Amino acid sequence: MSDQVTSAPSADPSDAPQVLTGDATAEDLGSLRRRTSVYVYEAPVRLWHWINAAAILVLCITGWFIGSPPPSMQIAEATHQFVFGYIRFAHFAAGMILTVGFFGRMYWALVGNHHSKQLFMLPLWDKHWWSEVFFELRWYLFMESEPKKYVGHNPLAQAAMFIAMTLGLPFMILTGFALYSEGAGQGSFYDTMFGWVLTWVGNSQAVHSLHHIGMWVIVLFMIVHIYLAIREDIMSRQSMVSTMISGHRSFKDDRPD
Amino acid sequence: MSQIETFYDVMRRQGITRRSFMKYCSLTAAALGLSPSFVPKIAHAMETKPRTPVIWVHGLECTCCSESFIRSAHPLAKDVVLSMISLDYDDTLMAAAGHAAEAAFEETIQKYKGNYILAVEGNPPLNEDGMFCISGGKPFVEKLKHAAKDAKAVISWGACASYGCVQAAKPNPTQATPVHKVITDKPIIKVPGCPPIAEVMTGVITYMLTFDRMPELDRQGRPAMFYGQRIHDKCYRRPHFDAGQFVEAWDDENARKGYCLYKMGCKGPTTYNACSTMRWNDGVSFPIQSGHGCIGCSEDGFWDQGSFYDRVTDLTQFGVEANADKIGLTAAGAVGAGVAAHAAITALKAAQKKTQSTKEEA
Repeated sequence: MSDQVTSAPSADPSDAPQVLTGDATAEDLGSLRRRTSVYVYEAPVRLWHWINAAAILVLCITGWFIGSPPPSMQIAEATHQFVFGYIRFAHFAAGMILTVGFFGRMYWALVGNHHSKQLFMLPLWDKHWWSEVFFELRWYLFMESEPKKYVGHNPLAQAAMFIAMTLGLPFMILTGFALYSEGAGQGSFYDTMFGWVLTWVGNSQAVHSLHHIGMWVIVLFMIVHIYLAIREDIMSRQSMVSTMISGHRSFKDDRPD
Repeated sequence: MSQIETFYDVMRRQGITRRSFMKYCSLTAAALGLSPSFVPKIAHAMETKPRTPVIWVHGLECTCCSESFIRSAHPLAKDVVLSMISLDYDDTLMAAAGHAAEAAFEETIQKYKGNYILAVEGNPPLNEDGMFCISGGKPFVEKLKHAAKDAKAVISWGACASYGCVQAAKPNPTQATPVHKVITDKPIIKVPGCPPIAEVMTGVITYMLTFDRMPELDRQGRPAMFYGQRIHDKCYRRPHFDAGQFVEAWDDENARKGYCLYKMGCKGPTTYNACSTMRWNDGVSFPIQSGHGCIGCSEDGFWDQGSFYDRVTDLTQFGVEANADKIGLTAAGAVGAGVAAHAAITALKAAQKKTQSTKEEA
């Protein structure tokens, strides 16, 4: 691997000092010295990101209306009017898409590049990772004058994504399909797969409450995620928003750390 | 004990004609959702099988299950009690009282060891060694365990026996405990509801007599034929739910039109019971038909699911009158304000840095 980066004589990563560069591989470090852009997010990851974002948006809006329905409408006789039915349909359809997308994303973590795995594993045992978490926290609290360069997610973002997405989405999928199984009926596929959640929690009303709380955790994540992506696009030393469109992380300076 | 009368014998002795008997069998088959081919099977079972002895005990409860039971129309509770089962002990229904009643209790257990059905109405409180419910001079939990020891099967009548109901609602000072958590070595059939529908109660008993086995149970141990679907699934107001037409306030125009009660906190979508199909009082009506939402009385812990009139229920963990959405909105507001403040500080800091660097250059 190291012979690929020998083009830059002083850039042998093995004797480079340990620097705060997130999950950069030796290959990335070499690349950092030679060019100012690294291909981080492969097409399936980017596609998943935007489909997931769209699905979550639809799910939050329709989910809110399912809990607190819009004012009654008198368009036609009930037989010919399906307003609430369509809202629920949109919620279920988006939920199905999100689920399929999440399985696709998990698959890509297995076959995709190094960075595609970052979402699914927190290196909690790694002291260096923790020091980067606290460094990033200090940067957000205005206690550091200059941020570090990160090829993949910065460690703090990685932790937030792990909680809201890697743990949050399966939680929402599980509780969501459990509630869906009530409509699908006992003995249905969904009931066989997810009905136990209702029995385990005890009361379907309580599962509804859990599903609501899950949504709010994701909404909070969304607010912070969008704000920080834009802020870091301006303030940090690397590209943020465009990286999730092109897949390339470009850097604003050539300094190695 | 060698000659226990069959159901048919008893019915004939009471002057019931064969014709009425057959009518009764077909009504029972219909109530159980069985095809007409089962009518002769039911009749045959009634003619040949000895009556099943039943011991019916009462723990912490309000007797609403018994009240419901005696109003059963198909089959009539009278038929069940006098003809179908041999209700050998039920302290609220039997003529005997005091020592005579307790003697009948012991006698039934001895006589029909391993063959009787134990029907439990209410539940045992376990706190203070069970002293919160005394029956026959002893804690009810002892009586329950004693009767369950030699029972063939246990029926948990109502929300009390099945889940705990109001006496087990938080903070549950008496530690009222549902039957299946006290009796763990017997097949238990839960018939929840506060009370259960009369025809469901008699239907369960009839099924067990006819087929000599427990009806098919769902994951929670309820008979699937009565608790397999939600009130919501068979609600006659369902088209208004799908249309998005709701009662917005009690006694508004939509309420008069009979729109869906979802916004008024109806628990039909989360409650498994047969109310919307079998209805109450010989099929006259059920809560939603009377214009009030379902309160979810046949669900586990329904007293602890917030108000009967909220769709999004309160979470007591976060103080009174805070539901998931209120908490979420507050948190989102706080985070949003935090983001705005953070952005403002960022801008200020950036401007400060800029002025400093221009000063240094100058």
